[in-house]
Amino acid sequence: MTTAASSFTGQAAAAASEPDLAHPTGKTPGGVGRGSARYRRLTPYLFLLIPVGLLLLLTYTPVVNMFWYSVTDWDGLDKTKNFIGAENYVEVFTDPENLRVFYVSLFYVVGSFVQMALALYFATILSAKIRFKNMWKGILFFPYLINGVAIGLIFLNFLKPGGGLDTVLMNTGLESLIHQWTGDPDIANYSLAAVSVWRYTGLTFVMFLGAIQSINSEIYEAAALDGANRWDEFWHIILPSIRPIVGLAFILGISGSLSVFEIPFVMTNGANGTETFVIRTVWMAFERNMVGLASAMAVVLLIFVLLVTWLQRRLVPEEEVDLT
Amino acid sequence: MKTATSTAKYLTLVIASICTLLPLGLIVFGSFKTNQEFLSTGPLTPPQDWFNFENYATAFTRGGMGLAFFNTVLIFGAAIIGTIFIGAATAYALDRFRFVGRAAVVGLFLLATLVPGVTTQVATFQIINALGLYGSRWALILLFMGTDIVSIYIFVQFMRSIPKSLDEAATIEGAGHLRIFFQIILPNLKPAIATVVIIKGIGIYNEFFLPFLYLNDPSTQPISTALFAFKGPYGSQWEVISAGVMITIIPILVLFLFLQRYIYNGFTSGATK
Repeated sequence: MTTAASSFTGQAAAAASEPDLAHPTGKTPGGVGRGSARYRRLTPYLFLLIPVGLLLLLTYTPVVNMFWYSVTDWDGLDKTKNFIGAENYVEVFTDPENLRVFYVSLFYVVGSFVQMALALYFATILSAKIRFKNMWKGILFFPYLINGVAIGLIFLNFLKPGGGLDTVLMNTGLESLIHQWTGDPDIANYSLAAVSVWRYTGLTFVMFLGAIQSINSEIYEAAALDGANRWDEFWHIILPSIRPIVGLAFILGISGSLSVFEIPFVMTNGANGTETFVIRTVWMAFERNMVGLASAMAVVLLIFVLLVTWLQRRLVPEEEVDLT
Repeated sequence: MKTATSTAKYLTLVIASICTLLPLGLIVFGSFKTNQEFLSTGPLTPPQDWFNFENYATAFTRGGMGLAFFNTVLIFGAAIIGTIFIGAATAYALDRFRFVGRAAVVGLFLLATLVPGVTTQVATFQIINALGLYGSRWALILLFMGTDIVSIYIFVQFMRSIPKSLDEAATIEGAGHLRIFFQIILPNLKPAIATVVIIKGIGIYNEFFLPFLYLNDPSTQPISTALFAFKGPYGSQWEVISAGVMITIIPILVLFLFLQRYIYNGFTSGATK
């Protein structure tokens, strides 16, 4: 996301400064008439008609509507929507059932930090010379490619009483650690967050690895001449040069944690205190027909995500990270 | 000291690999066991008969997975064609033309990258419903091709590497913009198209939220909701569920083994959108 900004706008700046090469309008040889010139001026608009049309219809209209629904008592069916002011928002922040989803998100936020730490560790050791590099990389990454429903079922099977994990604990003499992994409300969120870590570490890892491998090798060589060890390299070369990617993983992690759906939905359906923001919003909107209240929840979620993105951009300014 | 850290490195890799592979391996074991065997043996015990494909047959036929694969391919096929045209057209217009409102369009696309689709579905649902597409595969096709800013971004980025002299030469020869788009831009965008096909293909194959929300009829369901439906009637038959899970994983595994390099590249370039 961060690079998107620079790339789109960077391109605009570049285009503005260079002579207008790409503007064939009116310069075309071969007797083009007035009608054709107008057609040529219209060309970019014609090409953008459908993309921008869909963007407005499927992204911007829902966002605007959502803000409008959130201040009404609409049930999703009624012809009239009654304006009720901030009532829905008050309910979002006062009903303990609604507040609980924020608490549940925290488990996934912590999970995403664990995931980043693991990814950073494995990316660092796999960027150096190591045997069977591709095999390790493949194993760590593959879970990310698996269908979320399949992952939910795989771990229901693994964590069920008497399942794989319990058997392993039993065989290693750790019976005392056995729990109702997804059934006990005190444990369930830890288990589900751990499953999320299992699922997403691979992607974060591959992103970090790609960034580390694109560091100019001369920098390492210079550092080696200065007598730097692997630890110095990590702190003074690797970490600073992959900061933008770490920042990106951070945003993806937070917004991902707030919008977790599949894993808890498939594994517990939100029972045992594992209901997340999206599960609750979907339940409200489509089972209870409280579209107004659900929209208020969704607006709050959207604002959280925007806030995190904004904060991240303030904290990690892009231009500071260029090492070379 | 050196060998100690080296051993520790390999040890952590082995532990991580076990954590990754064990839950998957137990599903493989389970999928080959008979119902009796599944209940009477421990999860770590390998199946007696590695050629017992009965669960696979049950899962595939009774779970309607053939139809589900067909639906997934159908949705993917239509959505990917739309995505390619939308992405390429946007990139062409934004990179090769200067026009009034260009900055506004760029801004709109940029801002949209910040809005996670999950958050707006409550309202998007009303639009899909108003279009009369609820319950139709077209709802998913439209959403997959119309809200994919990442793909557009990949095309815009790649477009800059296609030399403008190519279009200029064609213009001098009298080619119109439509011909330039189809005969020069699209063929030159092939690497970007390949990247988008891979990430989008995996994304659509794994998408659960949208089909769960919009497709209520089992005959229109893609693979992920079909697999989710196993939780109901086969809720206690873990050997059949295991086989269903394996059937969904195998195509992705095969793809991964053959296209590893492209998949890694696709995800690193796609994720850093």
